Amino acid sequence: MFAALGDPTRLALVAKLSAGSPYSIAQLTTGSRITRQAITKHLRVLERAGIVRCVRAGRESRFQLDPEPIAELKQYLDFVSEQWDQALGRLKAFVED
Amino acid sequence: MNDRIEKRIELKAPVSRVWRALTDYREFGTWFQVKLDGPFVAGQISRGHITYPGYEHLKWEVVVQKMEPERLFSFTWHPYAVDPKKDYSQETPTLVEFRLEKTAAGTLLVVTESGFDKIPRDRRQEAFRKNDGGWAQQMKNIELHVTQAT
Repeated sequence: MFAALGDPTRLALVAKLSAGSPYSIAQLTTGSRITRQAITKHLRVLERAGIVRCVRAGRESRFQLDPEPIAELKQYLDFVSEQWDQALGRLKAFVED
Repeated sequence: MNDRIEKRIELKAPVSRVWRALTDYREFGTWFQVKLDGPFVAGQISRGHITYPGYEHLKWEVVVQKMEPERLFSFTWHPYAVDPKKDYSQETPTLVEFRLEKTAAGTLLVVTESGFDKIPRDRRQEAFRKNDGGWAQQMKNIELHVTQAT
């Protein structure tokens, strides 16, 4: 998932999609210097990472953000970070006597 | 969002004191809250059980990587591998590195844990049970997060 998010174009797509509703490829390509084909490739990377879902609206594919994987990963990292803060607090008390 | 966590802490103690607290298995156990069976040896598995309240008697195991005296101590492990029925050995472990640097006030300790991308999703959920409802709040978090990253 880090690989999926570690790209500025994909991050920008996620930011656009964070409004919540599904967007068509055309809508996501508007205002971007990147080609429709490249945008589609990036969307597929995000889809494989579980961050984005493809929903069909008639004959058109639309893409919608699934916030859960990212939110969950962030929550987990925050938890691990907190555990380290606590452990290092105990280390500090231990060595500083 | 990085796949690594880095912590920097200034300790008012000499490097040798901090090194001992990290690499002497009894001292490590005291502050880390784990009871280890024996000394840390580079390249070998170190086992024990957790003494952290709420997780008592759960098995603890790391594979020691490097022990460069007073500079670097590292190990790999499966953090929060708390289900006694599960075999975690097939998963890629994360790497924990303790780096020490002498400073005017004592020691700068930099702790890095990396490799989180490899932890399976259901195991992340085991680490804590916290149900966070609210689509709107999650969306807000995402947006904040990605805009901070760019």
